[in-house]
Amino acid sequence: MYNFEFEKPGTLADAVAAMSADEAQALGGGQTLIPTLKQRLASPSVLVSLSGIGEMQGICMGDQGEMCIGGSSTHASVAAASGYRALSALAGQIGDPAVRARGTIGGSLANNDPSACYPAAALASGATIKTNAREIAADDYFEGMFATALDEGEIITEVRFPVPEIAHYEKFVQPASRFALVGVFVAKFKDGVRVAVTGASEEGVFRWSEAEAALSANFAAEALDGLTVDAEGMIGDLHGSKEYRAHLVNVITKRAVKAAA
Amino acid sequence: MPKDGGIGASSKRREDIRFLTGTGKYTDDINIRGQAYVHFLRSDVAHAKINGIDTSAAAAMPGVVQIFTGADFEAVGGIPCGWEITDRHGKAMQEPKHPVLAHGKVRHVGDPIAAVVAESLEQARDAAEAIELDLEELPAVVNMKAALVEGATKVHDDLDNNLCYDWGFVEENKGAVDAAIKGAAHVTTLELVNNRLVANPMEPRVAVGEYDRADGQHTLHTTSQNPHVIRLLMGAFVLGIPEHKLRVVAPDVGGGFGTKIFHYAEEAFCTFAAKAVNRPVKWTSSRSEAFMSDAHGRDHVTKIELALDKDNNFVAVRTETLANMGAYLSTFASSVPTWLHGTLMAGNYKTPNVYVNVKAVFTNTVPVDAYRGAGRPEATYQLERVIDMAARELGVDPIALRRQNYITEFPYATPVAVEYDTGDYNATMDKLEEIADIKGFAARRKESEARGMMRGLGINNYIEACGIAPSNLVGQLGARAGLYDAATVRVNATGSISVMVGAHSHGQGHETAFPQVVAEMLGIDESMIDIVHGDTSKIPFGMGTYGSRSLAVCGSAMVRATEKIINKAKKIAAHLMEASEADIELKDGNFSVAGTDKSVAWGDVTLAAYVPHNYPLEDIEPGLEETAFYDPANFTYPAGAYACEVEVDPDTGKVTIARFAAADDFGNVINPMIVSGQVHGGIAQGIGQALLESCVYDEDGQLLSASYMDYTMPRADDLPFYSVDHSCQTPCTHNPLGVKGCGEAGAIGSPPSVINAVIDALNSGGHDVKHIDMPATPAKVWAAMQS
Amino acid sequence: MSKITMTVNGKAASGDVEGRTLLSSFLREDLFLTGTHIGCDTSQCGACVVHVNGVAVKSCTMLAAEADGAEISTIEGQAAPDGTLNTIQQAFQDHHGLQCGFCTPGMVMSAAALLKENPKPTEAEVRHYLEGNICRCTGYHNIVKAILAASGQEIPAIAAE
Repeated sequence: MYNFEFEKPGTLADAVAAMSADEAQALGGGQTLIPTLKQRLASPSVLVSLSGIGEMQGICMGDQGEMCIGGSSTHASVAAASGYRALSALAGQIGDPAVRARGTIGGSLANNDPSACYPAAALASGATIKTNAREIAADDYFEGMFATALDEGEIITEVRFPVPEIAHYEKFVQPASRFALVGVFVAKFKDGVRVAVTGASEEGVFRWSEAEAALSANFAAEALDGLTVDAEGMIGDLHGSKEYRAHLVNVITKRAVKAAA
Repeated sequence: MPKDGGIGASSKRREDIRFLTGTGKYTDDINIRGQAYVHFLRSDVAHAKINGIDTSAAAAMPGVVQIFTGADFEAVGGIPCGWEITDRHGKAMQEPKHPVLAHGKVRHVGDPIAAVVAESLEQARDAAEAIELDLEELPAVVNMKAALVEGATKVHDDLDNNLCYDWGFVEENKGAVDAAIKGAAHVTTLELVNNRLVANPMEPRVAVGEYDRADGQHTLHTTSQNPHVIRLLMGAFVLGIPEHKLRVVAPDVGGGFGTKIFHYAEEAFCTFAAKAVNRPVKWTSSRSEAFMSDAHGRDHVTKIELALDKDNNFVAVRTETLANMGAYLSTFASSVPTWLHGTLMAGNYKTPNVYVNVKAVFTNTVPVDAYRGAGRPEATYQLERVIDMAARELGVDPIALRRQNYITEFPYATPVAVEYDTGDYNATMDKLEEIADIKGFAARRKESEARGMMRGLGINNYIEACGIAPSNLVGQLGARAGLYDAATVRVNATGSISVMVGAHSHGQGHETAFPQVVAEMLGIDESMIDIVHGDTSKIPFGMGTYGSRSLAVCGSAMVRATEKIINKAKKIAAHLMEASEADIELKDGNFSVAGTDKSVAWGDVTLAAYVPHNYPLEDIEPGLEETAFYDPANFTYPAGAYACEVEVDPDTGKVTIARFAAADDFGNVINPMIVSGQVHGGIAQGIGQALLESCVYDEDGQLLSASYMDYTMPRADDLPFYSVDHSCQTPCTHNPLGVKGCGEAGAIGSPPSVINAVIDALNSGGHDVKHIDMPATPAKVWAAMQS
Repeated sequence: MSKITMTVNGKAASGDVEGRTLLSSFLREDLFLTGTHIGCDTSQCGACVVHVNGVAVKSCTMLAAEADGAEISTIEGQAAPDGTLNTIQQAFQDHHGLQCGFCTPGMVMSAAALLKENPKPTEAEVRHYLEGNICRCTGYHNIVKAILAASGQEIPAIAAE
């Protein structure tokens, strides 16, 4: 690792101020960032820990029945929360127990790994990503592999998840990393179904609109029969070809629907 | 029932206490006052000419002690290969120089170019980034077939081509084998890949070099399975340090699996640099570094033909294999695809005609060498896959086909130059059928199918050769070392015992199992006996631990030394009791005179040996310490039968191991608990090879599976409980313990049964799939279902 | 450099660390608690698992500075002062749940966290919980068996061998 200054502000305001330093980098749980630093693939001057900020902690149910999760909440705390079962189940499948004890929702969404689980939940739930500066709808937030709408120095303070009538996240793991080879989050709301797919696309998490239309009309696995995503644009690597991932998108979506129903 | 702590008892492991309390002493736990740290600047390209290395800016960086490049090692030798192969035309293999630091060219991703010694590891890394390299990239040779094409880019410019050797075995039999195949009623042909693996012991390699100017003594602390072998190879061939000035210590070692047998450049570097900078120099591999610097395993591409007569008797086996050596010849690389592979191609069967051809190939990849099983998994996999395929083609029961062709009379001389001393393959298959509940499979398949899953059953046999020896034979075959082992039994005045053994325990439990043998022989409590291993300054000599040899070879040396102890102790006892030596009996730690009630205790005799007031000084020396070297007369031949049941998900191709059973014949067993543990671990590695693990290079020689993010290590939830049995015991006839070795069996015996089961499952689901190469990942199985 | 203070295995510990100092490095190099091992650099092997404020974490993926003020428990603090192994450690020895011993500290610490959370886990739950702990020696058979035994449950017949 290159060396850096470590700061652990106690308030959001102090964190924002610290982040204004040149080459400052926010540190959530560090479960992705620290391995990246070990490989010397990043060289921040200051690492600003977000773990000591009280206002970014805590999980509660909001006025509109949405689940509000502080940006520094760990995967373990989301897994243990009640109010949005599919989301808690998803959080309980990220990494392993020790990773879940440190990794945070804000860190995961800010990183937007194309195989991460949380982006699927945020996009399928139509979550709102709240930062120190603004609120960003999930539909506007994800901008491709490791790319988001966040500005430099912007910190995710809270994520608000509308809670669907029924929902389920189905994950088919990449066997080595245990990230999603294909992960599908299906969320059925009163006004329609949202389907978000992670792990599969070179563009990162995406909504599968054909499936959403079909499921909005008939929320049953059979509704997906014959629906395919184009293999072009899927990730092809050691663990599966583009065609395989395209195939899995259908299979895993069906499983998610079955499990949700 | 075996008595507590003797042969056959499942004694709990004494070494566990330190490992369970965090007080084990692994090499990375060693920190010596004043030590500096080395970081190796490694090639990030597979093949390039080194036009220049400018270290001037780096040398001026904070904390830098000294920077070394290949030029600093011109005066020393290269990393040696320990086995010379003579090819089928009588020509010696092509043996390239393997410099400590790359010189002239880099030949694989990870090849060390420069080494920065600094006050801290981070300072060394900082400085390494400031080294300016002028590399002229060359085309990389990755694929073995392409490497052998006339005019292919050469990995080593000074060799004729990329062919290390073209080995035929047994060359004189080739004509008969060809004729037998030509005249056979049925020939099954299979082309397959034995996937490249990374051993991945959980402890990465570490080396700490020390030099004492006062007496010119070098010390190397290293993560090795065989410290004496390292002392010999590094001292004699690389650095020119005589044995009495070089101490090699391998303390607690966190797993080896073959990859810690070999002598590595980093060991030579730390030893060399410690003298050059006059302070201890430490290197600790990161896992990422391990993927590109630990020798890899397997990587064979094979075509095998099995010929049968009209009654389904095997009449011939013929194989052609390409074996990847990587960019340099690692310590035992050349012997793995030849003597450790070809000699096992008869398997458990009385096939009269066998011919094996192996072409070893240089490529721009990490060197490939022995990995748990080393050659024998490759032989077993080919043979047991092709037999299964033949059974499917002929519509016969795969177990019956095997049984029909078993060798049943021993000793049995195979057509591939080895003599199996004992075995009972029907017995292990009977036991397997029982513990695997083969009869119940049909019902289990129905139950799986009711859940929409395809279920398959795969079985196989294996035979392996352990404790390779005798030395005079392996010498004729090209080994540049002996393959005996040694032990010293030091009985102290109060009767406690230290046994110095040449074997090295890095998980095998020698510290527990070896004392059980001595305790049994002397009739004393095992707690009075300690094992000392892993330090060339404490142990007379030893060839270390690999090839499932420790008990069969080193254990035999220990038995011989203990017999000498008993002989001398009886002389002392006879003197103390004024009796004839011939009448002395040793039982339960007491010496008695036959037919009388006279006896002396073990401790009285040992005390007399060291306080020889009443002692036959005119006949024997004081003291009670004996050493024995043991050179086995033959290999040992563990064998067994394995069964795997899998479920395959037709939608995703994911394979789940539903059941796994292993029936092994290891001959006599000293500690059944430890033996079962060895089998469990081997099975997990075999399942890992069959379903999960694969080391992959792209066409430019970049390593794609370069960390645990892409190289799939078997995890607890990938695996079931295994049913293992080693009650079928046909003791080895030529070592005093009747033991055969158990360390590699699981890894050798399991891959074919897994793939056989996957093929069975797919066929049961209506997919006419003949073969899938390992690892049978979900993507690969799904693709096979689509074709 | 900044000064950090923590409680490690019940004893106060402090030291000066750089920003980049990992908790694992602090434990191993500053406090000489070398039972915590480093087996990978991608946070997967789990040989470095310790408890921070009662929760299992990978100490190689946590900055030492983040642990300022925390209660840390490592493998060295598991046995009684007289050396008596705790229930999990004893079960690992009784059931041969370790071979080379390198992954063992992390396994024991993870097992302790599991049994705290779920005192009577099923076999499948044990296996799933160990997702972040890699062992290359045992094939996990005896590790799973040891953890089930430590939880006071009966061991399945197939695991008896």
